[in-house]
Amino acid sequence: MIKEKGQINENQEENLATSSKVESPWTIVGRRLRKNKLAMIGLVVITILSLAAIFAPFITGIPRDITNLANTNAPPSSEHLLGTDSLGRDMLTRLAYGGRISLTVGFVSTSLRILIGVILGGIAGYYGKGIDNVIMRIADIFSCLPFLPIAITFVAVLGPSIYNIMIVLAILGWPGIARIVRAEILSLREREFMEAATALGIGDFKKIVSHLIPNTMASIIVSATTGIASAILTESALSFLGLGVAPPTPTWGNMMYDAQSQYVLKNRWWQWVPPGIIIFLAVISLNLLGDGLRDALDPRLKQ
Amino acid sequence: MKYLLEVKNLQTHFFTEDGIVPAVDGVDFELEPGQTLGIVGESGCGKSVTSVSILRLVPNPPGRIVGGEILFEGKDLVKATESEMQSIRGNDIAMIFQEPMTSLNPVFTIGKQISEAIMLHQKLDKKAAKERCVQMLKLVGIPRAEQAVDEYPHQFSGGMRQRAMIAMALSCNPKLLIADEPTTALDVTIQAQIIELMKDLKEKLNTAIMLITHDLGVVAEMADHVIVMYAGRVVEEADVIDLFKDPKHPYTIGLMKSKPSLDGNAKRLDVIPGAVPNPLAMPKGCAFHPRCSHAMDICKEKMPELNKFGDNRKIRCWLHEKEGGEK
Amino acid sequence: MAEKLIETNDLLEVKNLKKYFPIKGGFLKKTIGHVKAVEDVSFTIKKGETLGIVGESGCGKSTTGRTLLRLLEKTDGEVYYDGREIYGLPKDEMIKLRTKMQIVFQDPYSSLNPRKTVSQICGEALVEHGLAKKGKEVNEIVSDVIQKCGLAPYHIRRYPHEFSGGQRQRIGIARALALNPEFIVCDEPVSALDVSIQSQVINLLMDLQEEMGLTYLFISHDLSVVKHISDRIGVMYLGSLVELAPKDDLYAEPLHPYTQALLSAIPIADPTYKKKRIILKGDIPSPANPPLGCRFHTRCPYAMDKCKTEVPEFKEAKPGHFVACHLV
Repeated sequence: MIKEKGQINENQEENLATSSKVESPWTIVGRRLRKNKLAMIGLVVITILSLAAIFAPFITGIPRDITNLANTNAPPSSEHLLGTDSLGRDMLTRLAYGGRISLTVGFVSTSLRILIGVILGGIAGYYGKGIDNVIMRIADIFSCLPFLPIAITFVAVLGPSIYNIMIVLAILGWPGIARIVRAEILSLREREFMEAATALGIGDFKKIVSHLIPNTMASIIVSATTGIASAILTESALSFLGLGVAPPTPTWGNMMYDAQSQYVLKNRWWQWVPPGIIIFLAVISLNLLGDGLRDALDPRLKQ
Repeated sequence: MKYLLEVKNLQTHFFTEDGIVPAVDGVDFELEPGQTLGIVGESGCGKSVTSVSILRLVPNPPGRIVGGEILFEGKDLVKATESEMQSIRGNDIAMIFQEPMTSLNPVFTIGKQISEAIMLHQKLDKKAAKERCVQMLKLVGIPRAEQAVDEYPHQFSGGMRQRAMIAMALSCNPKLLIADEPTTALDVTIQAQIIELMKDLKEKLNTAIMLITHDLGVVAEMADHVIVMYAGRVVEEADVIDLFKDPKHPYTIGLMKSKPSLDGNAKRLDVIPGAVPNPLAMPKGCAFHPRCSHAMDICKEKMPELNKFGDNRKIRCWLHEKEGGEK
Repeated sequence: MAEKLIETNDLLEVKNLKKYFPIKGGFLKKTIGHVKAVEDVSFTIKKGETLGIVGESGCGKSTTGRTLLRLLEKTDGEVYYDGREIYGLPKDEMIKLRTKMQIVFQDPYSSLNPRKTVSQICGEALVEHGLAKKGKEVNEIVSDVIQKCGLAPYHIRRYPHEFSGGQRQRIGIARALALNPEFIVCDEPVSALDVSIQSQVINLLMDLQEEMGLTYLFISHDLSVVKHISDRIGVMYLGSLVELAPKDDLYAEPLHPYTQALLSAIPIADPTYKKKRIILKGDIPSPANPPLGCRFHTRCPYAMDKCKTEVPEFKEAKPGHFVACHLV
């Protein structure tokens, strides 16, 4: 009998994955993502944009807010690669600095949204019944609020600033994440490994934090990636309406706001085409990356 | 023509991102009219892929029939056009699946689903098709067939759904019925009902049946002739009585011994050690050698042929190579 | 192999256990009925023994197993573990008791958290109960346990998706064993596995029982598997226990018509064996609306008028052989 057992062991080792490397679920996702060209292009573009924003001071060496009234509205030249604006400031420099605000708004507001969404969605999904009902009805109310009027009122009352924009985006955006998390947890809760955790005497908090939330990460990441893109767009829209970040701080949105007049649109393309293209690039890259992640994460794991 | 169906060196491979999976790798067998052929094997042995290959329903991509012939009444189905296949499917060859719920469309009545096939293949009008449908439901033992014909799948229980599936499959008098694990999803008492029903219908209609299952008990009860598959290949083929009386291939022997028997009193079960090999990294030589207690040096080097052994028997094993050659 | 040591005292006693699931319906989600999954089930399990529970889908066998572990809350009845009523225990006592009572699940895929390593899966509870320190200490215990279950020590760093179904089931067993329990509910532990892997896992469970003196409640729909592993067997039908007897008595002389039909329905792997098969009429009724009287009377070949109105008593027909039928 003992000999037989030994034999089983030996054979099973043979049948295991031949590589000695441990493959965690995330390394598999990474491998699949690397095979998706469009997603990789998206990742590269968004990385370049982020790096440009971080190293903005070094790109042209020209200070951000220095006006030069002798050289206003200059078309692109070797000195100013993307020309200058109506106050003679260098467009390329401001574009790079603008990325700081736009991307920060995107990332921070989405992180806040996820934080609120995961906590409330997690509680609703795990405890169910009354708590679930209360939280989800509040989520319903929040998603019924028309975004622009609320955002405009909010900013009008508290004043236009980058922080207020982040807060308004998070407060109005969390129900989406909460619904995703709740739905995932409702189905995960019924899985046998959760019953096993109960049988092992694992506490509620640990069950939520260490078993349930990690298994919802996949959908959260996908939704966050596309969420960042839409936050960038919203920030641009608000800034374009003059409700966003106050000048002279540049964002991609308020740079376009500066180029609103007919005359500028017709004759000074360098003041509005580059920020437009950058917003477009940032949004489409994030969406491509989001789609790529969705494919890489789903079907979750090969069985 | 002696055979209804002749499968020759069938190869169906799946082209996955990790490599080529040879799910069916050179399968040969024949089926006579009116015969019940059992195909036994564990998950991943290629038994289901063989059956969907015959109907040309291999999901493509990633799967493709890469070689061999499937002669149905002398006609090669591998080379048939898609429209030829459509007139064969459901008409000459019908199939029933393991999970009756997922193979019935929940938004149509049972009657509508059955008569659809009848109208298509037998050129009957709506009324005649419905009559035929009621007749079929009665044949498979569904009570109140006249009313049941207008009911929806969710109103049927599991056993009733499988009966309805059988009625649908047999409605066009197919020459061959492929039954893929027809009783696996059912409870024991319902399984017994369905087995009796299928045996009974076979006698009445004389349809050839290809029965795919992992359950040796079901095979012993229903099949005339059995093939045992392992890792995409046939390892043993024999008449049912011979196979159960005197299994030859070590894998067949192992399978029979590892199932606890009702009258046996053994304390420990015999096991086949290890697990089915990874299809992406098949062992060299005989695919079964890492689990075989009789493995010899040659088994690790060369895949044995499926050799004739007596009249109605074939074995793919080096142990029986010599014996078979002598006969 | 030595005879199994079964002690005379009961480790577990279940008395008139009931579990109803509410059916919600209508606009306000009012309870409009109950699925009577477990209806008045009583049995005992001795220390070191294996009690098998067989029945078809929906008969309440899994619900019984989960209710007596308090994974589901009971509707009524009592469950005594080692003389203590588990439903009367305060929360912290119950959590402590969980180290003694474990469960092995059917589905080797959904029963393991895909984002955790084997070490985390099997070691989490050790940390939670303060039985070992995170890190080296846990890893040592887990690596011991998985070796007992036929895996190799280096497997502790791997994730479930790297294992086959049979190996995953071994991990599930190791998780239950890590806490060094006394009693394990095995809920169809081999039903999802291939025949050749089934026998490996059955042998493993029997070896572990002998080695660690475990007590099993073995739930399965497969009568031959249950017969192989159990000492006594209970047959359930539609939420009720209809027969309970030592395995040899049950298979040699089944008293309840349902047990007889169930036994005759198993396909025998012998084409020359001709037997008289009892084919039951119809399907299992819905547990939301079970028949009155004996729940089996709608399909019973011997049903009498009395069966339609009167629930038969679960009584001892012969020493140790209990049955609920008016015929006996």
